[in-house]
Formats: sequence, C-alpha cells, structure tokens
Amino acid sequence: MSDSTIKVALIGNPNTGKTSLFNHLTGLNQKVGNYPGITVDKKTGTCKLSKTHKATILDLPGTYSLNASSADEKIAIDILNDETNEFSPDVAVVVADVEQLKRNLLIFTQVKDLEIPTLLVINMADRMKAKGISIDIPQLEADLNTKIVIISSKLQTGIDEVKEAILSYNSLSTERCIAAEKIEQNSITNTELISTLSKLELKKVQHRETIIRYQFINDTLKKSYRVDKEKASDLQTKLDRIFTHKIFGYAIFGALLLLIFQVIFEWSSVPMDFIDEIFGSLADWTKDVLPAGMFTDLLAEGIIAGLGGIVIFIPQIAFLFLFISILEESGYMSRVVFLMDKIMRRFGLSGKSVVPLISGAACSIPAIMATRNIESWKERLITILVTPFITCSARLPVYAILIALIIPSERVFWFFNWQGITLMLLYIIGFAVALLSAYILHKTLKIESKSYFVVELPKYKVPLFKNVAFTVIEKTKAFVFEAGKIILAISIILWVLASVGVNEKFENAEDIITETVEQNGFNEIQEVSLQNKMFRYKESLKEEAEETGKTITPQEINSAIAEKTPEFRAAVIEDEIAALRLENSILGVIGKTIEPVIKPLGYDWKIGIALVSSFAAREVFIGTLATIYSVGSEGDDEEGNTIKAKMESEVHASSGKKVFTFATGISLLLFYAFAMQCMSTLAIVKRETNGWKWPMVQLFGMTIIAYVAGFIAYQFLK
Amino acid sequence: MLTVADLQKGEKAVILDFPVDTIPLKLIEMGCLPGNEVELIQTTLFNGPLFLMINGSNIAIRKNTAAEILIEKVL
Repeated sequence: MSDSTIKVALIGNPNTGKTSLFNHLTGLNQKVGNYPGITVDKKTGTCKLSKTHKATILDLPGTYSLNASSADEKIAIDILNDETNEFSPDVAVVVADVEQLKRNLLIFTQVKDLEIPTLLVINMADRMKAKGISIDIPQLEADLNTKIVIISSKLQTGIDEVKEAILSYNSLSTERCIAAEKIEQNSITNTELISTLSKLELKKVQHRETIIRYQFINDTLKKSYRVDKEKASDLQTKLDRIFTHKIFGYAIFGALLLLIFQVIFEWSSVPMDFIDEIFGSLADWTKDVLPAGMFTDLLAEGIIAGLGGIVIFIPQIAFLFLFISILEESGYMSRVVFLMDKIMRRFGLSGKSVVPLISGAACSIPAIMATRNIESWKERLITILVTPFITCSARLPVYAILIALIIPSERVFWFFNWQGITLMLLYIIGFAVALLSAYILHKTLKIESKSYFVVELPKYKVPLFKNVAFTVIEKTKAFVFEAGKIILAISIILWVLASVGVNEKFENAEDIITETVEQNGFNEIQEVSLQNKMFRYKESLKEEAEETGKTITPQEINSAIAEKTPEFRAAVIEDEIAALRLENSILGVIGKTIEPVIKPLGYDWKIGIALVSSFAAREVFIGTLATIYSVGSEGDDEEGNTIKAKMESEVHASSGKKVFTFATGISLLLFYAFAMQCMSTLAIVKRETNGWKWPMVQLFGMTIIAYVAGFIAYQFLK
Repeated sequence: MLTVADLQKGEKAVILDFPVDTIPLKLIEMGCLPGNEVELIQTTLFNGPLFLMINGSNIAIRKNTAAEILIEKVL
C-alpha cells in the first residue's frame, strides 16, 4: 500500500447513519465481501481525499460496544487492536447519532482506550433544531480528547470536513478519555481477560465497566449537551401508536405485504417480457449466424437461454429488495419484528425471522444471511432450515411453464383465473410448510439455547435514496453472479454429457434409424409424430391466411402439406436419431438409471435428467429441458420452437402417451415446491452453520418431503 | 418487588437491579442500568414483547426478560 493511502475504519451503533456516511465517502467504489473464515460482511471502499491522497474505508458492522459478545464485535476488536491485522486502520472514525449521543458514546470510550487516532462524527445535525438539542463542541472535544465533526448525511453537510480531518489524522489525539486507572479490569485493553475468565465472570467485569463508562458519559454530557424537552416533537410517538397498535399494527403490516407482492408482480412483468424477448432474439441470432451444430446449440439453447433464465429474475429481485430496504431504512421493519415475535415464537421462530422469510420470496441466499442478527441459536437455526421452503424467484419460471402446460387459463371470477390461483396456492403451500416444519423442528430439536430478544426500535425517518439504491444494486449483483456461474457450468457439463456416447449405438444412431425406417417404414409413434407436424403446419397456414386476410382453400392446404411431407419425414427421422443418441449418451444413462426411482412420481428419464441438474439450481430445469429437447430435435422447424410447445408434444417412447399430463404436472409442481435444489443455498447454510450436518439435513429432509408429496399427488391423480 | 413486566402502558419507573448473569449484555450496553428511567410505551397481543423507552432509546424485549428487571415506580 502506498504512503498516500490512509486506512480508515468506520465504527458505531446501528442506525446512526454510518452506512450513509460510508456511501457518501465512497460512492460506488465499494466492495462487499467476507472476512476470512467468518460470516461477517466486510464492506470496503475508496475515497479521494485530495489530489495526492486516497483513503481506503472499512465499514465495520454496526455494534453497540466492543465487548466481544458477538462475531461482529470480535472482528471490530481484532481489527482495531491488532496492528499486524491487514485491515488495521490509521484512524478510527466513530459515528454517533445526535439524539442518541449518550448511548453512542459508550463504544467511543472503548475505541479511545485502544489509543489510536480517533475522530468523532456526530450525525443528523438536521434534527438538532427540531429536537431542541444544543452541544458545546469545544467543551465536548476537550472532555473526550478528540476532534468532533458535525455532519448531516441527509443534507450532505460536513462530509468535506470529515475528509479534511481524515487527511490530517496525525494530529488527532490518541489519548484515552477515561483515565486508565479508573477501570481496573478493562476488557478492551486487557484482551487476556477474555480468554482467562469464565463467561459469567467476564460478563460481570463488562457490566461494571459499562457502569463506569456511562457515569463518565453522563458527567461529560451534563456540561456540554442540552435538550429543550419542550421542543422534542412527538410525531414519533404518534406514528408508533398506529404502527405498533395491537390491531391496526397487524392490519397495516398485512396490507403492506399484499401491496408489495402485488406491485412486484405487476411492475416486473414489463421488464421481464422485455428481457425474455431480448434473450430469445439473441438465441435466434446466434443460430442464424453460427453454423448449425452441437456447439451452436450449446451456445443458443444452453448458455444464452440459461443466462436469460437468470437475468429475467433481476426485476423481481430488485423490486423486492427495494421494498425491503425502504422498510428497513425507514425504521418500520423493527416494528414488524416487535409485532410478530410472539406469533413466530409459537413456531419456534423469532420476530427477527420475519425479514428472512420475506426475503426468501426473492432468494434464500440473502435471506439466510439476514438471520445473523437472531440472538438465539435455536431460533436462528430453525429459520435457516425452513427459509428455503418459501417460494423463491428461481421456482417461478418452473411454476410458470408447468402451470401454463397443465392448468387451463379460464377465468373463474372477473379477474382470477385458474392459473393465477394455482400460483397463489403454491406460495401459500410453501409458507405453510415452512411454518409447519419450523414447529416440528421446534418440538424435536434438543438444543439448549438461551432464548433472548433485544431489538432497538430506531426513530422513523425518510429513507435516503442513495442507501436504498446501493442495497438493491449490491443484492441483485450478488444473486446474478452467484447463480450465473452455476448455470453456465451446468449448461456446459450437460452438453458434454449429452455429446459423449457410451456404446456403439451412439456412434451408429444414424445408420440404425435409417435402416429400420427403410425396412419397416414408420412405426406408430413416428406416424403420430409426423401427423402432429402436419397438423401444426396446417394450423400455421390457416393462421397466416387469417392474418394477411387472404383466403386459403383446403386443396391449397393439402398440396402445401404434400410438398412439405418429405421434409417432415426427414425431421421425424432426425428426431429419432437424436433421441437414440441422447438415450445412449452418458446423460441418457444417468437419466435411465434413476428412472425407476422417479417413475412412481410420473416422470420419465428426460425429466429425471432435468431433476438431477436442478439440484444445482431450480431454474436450470427449463434450460436443461431446452438442451435435452433441442438435442432431441435438430431441425429448427418453425412450429415447435418454444420450449412449451416442445414439452406439450413430448410423448413416452414406449406408449406414445403425453409425458406432461395433469398428474405429472401437479407432481412436478409439488416436487419443486419442497425439494432442496440449490447448491448455492446449501453452500451458504454450510457456512452459516459451520459444517455439513445441517445442509445435509436440509437436503435429505426437504427432498424426502418433496418425493412423498409428488408420489401421493401422481398416484391419486393419474 | 415490582419488575418491568408489572408496568402499565404509559407508566414510568427507575431501574433498581437485575441479575447480571441472565440479562443480555446488549441490553446493558443500550443503557439498561440501575438508576436509569424506563417507560412502557406499547404492549402486544398474547403477552408478546414489551416496547420500552430506556435511557432515551426505544427497545423491545420479551416478557420473561422484563420480569427480571427490578424497578421502583416514579410517582
């Protein structure tokens, strides 16, 4: 690192506007990662201080103290205390909220004990007047042995002063504000205490220490901090009287949830259609430009279609996180936590499980990471285990295509139709099973874990656009890259597995099929397939005629069909060849091997392949079927191009019956509703629970439930 | 002895004492200390958590925790 780069650590309580300051200082030059080996988000960014100087800014997790009682606090202490740590800062910037100065100074006095250059930033200056707060800055600076900068992250004032103070960090005081001898057993400077004392003894030490610190803070603030209580507005109290009301509070939350989901689907549909079209034409264009062959199919049907399947979720994920971050920024979300705690506890969850469960509707990965602030391990574990039951956006395309295939789109009431109702039912089933399994886990898991719950209900405030926008960008980006990598890898693996043969049938597929057809003519199924092609051609001719306003006679149709028949026969033969190849490829063997297991659920070996690859990520289902079916029909005839049409015309090779019947469809829907099919989620669960035990419980537990549900559905409906 | 769990909505009291071993450290850090004022702002259905104002901060805790914090009512 060059000499002109200053290392800065931002530290402070949650809800002090620390992240706002971080966003103002770094703009979009920020990165979110993880500290090695632990599950604490590491946010870093760079800031240009002057023409010659830059600063790398580390946004430490928001904590109330440095008492090392959580992973967040431990990382903060390690970084601040250990000069050899790679993140060890040149200067610590403590951010405090002007209205909560007393409480916010606790962590400040602890940082000062570490004797590093420290700057105190007091935020929300814009509210001082309304709240009747006045501060004697020189007095407070003298008492705290520090430089103070007053800023307003809302009005963006004082940011330049912060930069200047960082630039001249060498002149900042490194002296403590509380004399060392006042705190005999100081857990901040004496890190040995943490390792030698028992947990309870340490807590007693920290308790005494906290009292001494608060005494100092109270004495200090008496001299320099005044609040004119008359002026303190009571809008906050009025808002809380409504939002946390015993009845209205729940009604408002319910209405908000409904509104959010309604809006997400409504607003997302336009950009989603647009994205769908773009990727569709991109795939077509690739096919036109590149020479026909396996590689082009991989690119067009596998990779482009697969990536399209990811990009299409961006609108929904972005909108969901937009709403979640607005609710969190405004302070409303912690009211929901307060309201829901008792209800969630009945199911072994915490009020804090609400946020992960809502986020789960977008994606389980950020949802599971959002469980970190649940204090009780048992409640947190149960939340992690059941969150993947919530219908995430990766299930949507699978649901969408299956519903379109098996449920009629008739309207029931004036705006409900059966397809919409089915989709809603699937959401409800997911949520109900999540709660039910939480309850069962709550009753069966024998985990001794102290269940306590402390939530700060911060002041309501208007969300800052910048903070909301950054959260949305960050979460969406993480999703696209995580899922994108997997889809890409899976498409390529599938393609390779499908193009490698296991026996000579694969090599000689062309000869075998042409010979059989030459000797025996078309068999029944091939005949049906030919008739289907003719029928669809006939329909398309009629449609075309209707669109252009021309009339077309039956004779004309028949002659057109007759003209095309050799082409159709060739296409049928080609399909047969490709099907035989697929059957004798590695992929086909895998599918055939598992076919006996999934047959009772109504699936054939091709669905089996899609199912197996879906264990990487659910949305791969469609891409896989697209890959399999495109491998299965080389000729890109205009009538059978869309994946839905291909699925619709898919028949069992043995009987000629349709594959995607109502029973199979429902069984598949239920299977996808319950099965644990997402490697990224498993990886996150492994990281958050420190081992393979719980992800394996999740994988097998959920998949068994899915199998049983699919089995029952198919056996009853077939 | 009275505890925070005995407060009625809108009532204020002063914190007297609590068992250090069972009270979460986070609560102490937030200013739940002997001598500080506590006010019950809001309750929830079915004996759910309590919404308190302690040391100028809005804090929600569950009833079992509240029942361990001894108080003296302010008249």
